[in-house]
Amino acid sequence: MKVIIRNPKRREIEVEGRRQVRDLLRELDLNPESVLVIRDGNMLTRDDTVEAGDTIEILSAISGG
Amino acid sequence: MRCIKCGEKAIMELPRHNSAFCKPDYLEYFETQVERVIRRRRTFNRDDRILIGVSGGKDSLSLWHVLARMGYKTAGLHIHLGIGEYSSLSYEKTLRFSEQHGLTLFTVDLAGKYGMNVTELSRTLRRAPCSGCGLSKRYILNREAYERGFDALATGHNLDDETATLLGNILHWQIGHLARQSPVLPSTGEKLIKRVKPLYTLTERETAAYALLHGIDYILEECPNAWKAKSLLYKDALARIEAESPGAKQRFLTQFLEAAQARLQVGADDYVLRDCVRCGQPTTAELCAFCRMWQQATERAEKRKRYRETASGREMPTLQERF
Repeated sequence: MKVIIRNPKRREIEVEGRRQVRDLLRELDLNPESVLVIRDGNMLTRDDTVEAGDTIEILSAISGG
Repeated sequence: MRCIKCGEKAIMELPRHNSAFCKPDYLEYFETQVERVIRRRRTFNRDDRILIGVSGGKDSLSLWHVLARMGYKTAGLHIHLGIGEYSSLSYEKTLRFSEQHGLTLFTVDLAGKYGMNVTELSRTLRRAPCSGCGLSKRYILNREAYERGFDALATGHNLDDETATLLGNILHWQIGHLARQSPVLPSTGEKLIKRVKPLYTLTERETAAYALLHGIDYILEECPNAWKAKSLLYKDALARIEAESPGAKQRFLTQFLEAAQARLQVGADDYVLRDCVRCGQPTTAELCAFCRMWQQATERAEKRKRYRETASGREMPTLQERF
């Protein structure tokens, strides 16, 4: 699956295999308290499953200043 | 995961409340939180005119959106700080939002009105851009709210902002700052407008979700100076604690406000406000902090200009001097 991370700079990575959102975030070392996970414009919860063929966007919710 | 209210599929989970919501119930939760702060903290009432400091980010645009939706009389104030492309984009997002929703927007251009933007000010004063930026924003927001006859000044500070500030104030034992850290700062003088933070019980993640669900087009880019801000470090530390102990941030702030802050108030009001001799805005000194900063910046800029002219004069001696 394609994972687009906006933290806030945009980077794109490929991740293999089906897994829960909480596992994906753990593998990417992202704190679930600091991000929103989106698929096809819909927000996902930590127990949702993402799989091959999905495009997932991870949006950082934290800003400085 | 299912919505705790209706049983539909949840789109937003809130471990700190041991809850999860579908889209309509999440948006209702968000509005209820804001309404509760307005009522419990007596931030403003239905007749008040509220000026909102709007940067173009998710928090300030969500605040403007939710207050306008709830029927409060709002207008926005955007300060163009002149931080390169970031400021131009922030202004575009703010302007587009106000036009889309038919809301009144006032704009102040820092360089146009005061002579230098944040970047130039920082270089001239040789100090971190965030200090001049923060001082300028606080001053301009109050002054514009007063001069335009608003009853309250609202900002989009959220739970993460407030807990990061609290942690920073504690790490440096800033007792004066701790005594004044509050979601509502009442007006203590005719020219000092009441300041309120209606989003202080909601996290940044929750305001980002609100913006996303309402299709609010906010600036995703980070301020290029933000990496220097300690607040990001504090937010990261608090987010790690929150992940292990849901509700930790909320307890940290709520218990400070309820149990600790009142004890710090002793002596905190032992000051007399008077008008700044230059601009007339409220201050405890003869010249307010904003005017002192600009006086220093202007003097330094003039000194440099004189130095350059002198140096230039030395390089180009007159014919008589040459021979």
